[in-house]
Parts: sequence; C-alpha cells; structure tokens
Amino acid sequence: MKFLKYLLVGIFFGILMTKSEIISWYRIQEMFRFHSFHMYGIIGSALMFGIFITNIIKKQELKSVEGKPITFHDKNKSVSRYLFGGIIFGLGWALAGACPGPIYTLIGNGFSVFIVVLLSALLGTLAYGALRNVLPH
Amino acid sequence: MIELISQPWAWYISGPLLALVMFLLLWFGGEFGASSTMRTICAIGGAGKKISFFNFDWKGQTWNIIFVLGAVIGGYIAATFLPSALPPQISAATINDLKMVGISYDGQMAPTNIFAWQSLFTLKGFIVIVGGGFLVGFGARWAGGCTSGHAISGLSNFQIPSLIAVIGFFIGGLMMTHLIFPFIFRL
Repeated sequence: MKFLKYLLVGIFFGILMTKSEIISWYRIQEMFRFHSFHMYGIIGSALMFGIFITNIIKKQELKSVEGKPITFHDKNKSVSRYLFGGIIFGLGWALAGACPGPIYTLIGNGFSVFIVVLLSALLGTLAYGALRNVLPH
Repeated sequence: MIELISQPWAWYISGPLLALVMFLLLWFGGEFGASSTMRTICAIGGAGKKISFFNFDWKGQTWNIIFVLGAVIGGYIAATFLPSALPPQISAATINDLKMVGISYDGQMAPTNIFAWQSLFTLKGFIVIVGGGFLVGFGARWAGGCTSGHAISGLSNFQIPSLIAVIGFFIGGLMMTHLIFPFIFRL
C-alpha cells in the first residue's frame, strides 16, 4: 500500500505528459526551433510554481507523510560534468525527441519501439557507469 | 468531464500540474527525477557486480520504479480513454522545416515511419532510436539528472549545477536540431 500512492502519481504524470503533448517528438522540435511558446510555457510555469513550493517547504519546514522533514540536497559543485553530460543529453533529447519520463509514457501510448529507446538508454547508463572514472566530473 | 480533460491541456494548466507532481513526490518522501530509475534498473539487473556505480541498495529506489511504471500506465490511459479530437497543433514553421529534411507531420506523437520496429533495420532509424536512447541515458547520468531532476527540481531549488546542465541540454539540442539533423535525416 505504501507504493500505491507512487503508482497513482505516476499514472497522473503519464496522463499529464500525454495531454500536454510533452511526449511529442514534434513539440521538442518546435522547442529547439523556437517556433512555439508551448514547451517554454510549461517548463517556465512549472519552474515558477516549483520555486514557490520549494520555498514553502523550506520556510514551513514541512514534513513528509512519514513524518520526516523534507530535505533538499545541494548538488556537487562542478562545471564539466553538468556541461558535457548536459550536451550529450541534449543531443539525445532532440534526436529521440524524448527525455526519460516521456520515454516511459510513449511506450504506454502504444509506441512499442520506445522499448528499444529505453533499452538503449539503459545501455548508455551502463556505459556511463563503466567509464565514470575516466570522464571529467 | 471526460470531454473536458480529453482536450489538449494548455501550458498554463500543465506547468503548475508538473510542479504538483514534484510536490507530491517530495511530500511522499521521494523526489522528482525520472532518469535515476535507469541506474536503478541496471542495479536490479545485477550490474553492481561488475561496476561499482551500480552497487548500491536499490531497494530504497523501488518507489521511483513504481512511479515510472505508473507513467507507462498513464500513457496508456490517456491514449486509450482520453484521445484528443485533433492532432497536436504543431507550428506551421516547424512542420515546414521538418519537411525540408524529409519528415512529414503525421499528426502522431512521433513520426510513425521512423519510430517503427522495421525502421531499426535502416541506418536512419537505428541512429534515431538506438543512438538517441543511448545519448539520453549516458548524458543524463553524466549530468546527474534529466529534465525533471535538473530543469524542474534543481532549478526550483536554485542549484547552479542544474542551470549549467540545462544550458548543456539546450546546447546539445540546438546542435542536433540545426547542425546534425540535415545529415541524419537525409541518410
């Protein structure tokens, strides 16, 4: 039962990503061609509300449903890993037209070949794990 | 009601709802980041025996696997029970640009002639499906997160590393779209 709430939020997330067309390969192209405000509006407004929510949680010291304080971890300081990793990710985001969340949801949408995109992303994750010590961080 | 939610959701509805998803995950004791599930799946598969990066207690990440499983089911529910009456209203300029590299807009969520099993046997299809997926997985882990983890969670918490990552996402995405696309899609 502990996991049911995660399943329900996940289902909502999947419906949200489909109905907002975030999972659309064409919407991602539109974004990278600056032809539509749609994706920028979504990310921008999510960010505005996200900043507000994060601020409230910190100020009010809100606790999770399990009664533990909600904490935020500062990300390790670096430029190279975020910049180079980010560029590689961006190349893939534009090519496959999907970031990790949408990859899962597109499978549910009936694009079964996205199972291969997922498997390939897992292979990429494995390759990163294997090469981690030689990559700049 | 069904008719109302079957329409495409406007950006000013969708964005705040994405933030709500982030809030619910935080409130449940988790966090919002889809790509870390890929590391967890590798760990479940036993990659930790060979590669130390995957040697961690993945059981603590079970909730996130359940969450993305939900995202698959949600995609099915939306496509099956809440289909939009009209195809996504993609801008004419994008449709025109894509036509120049040989991709015609088919009104689907992704070009069905590229994202099909048989296109795996073409060079173009293989690069897009297998190459695209590989870059997403590799890059997300190197950068320590993807769109949900950095662009939404990280930036909401004013993390400079997330800002650098998002700038990287756009450098990569713009390079692919404007410089590399013409070569790949004319193959």
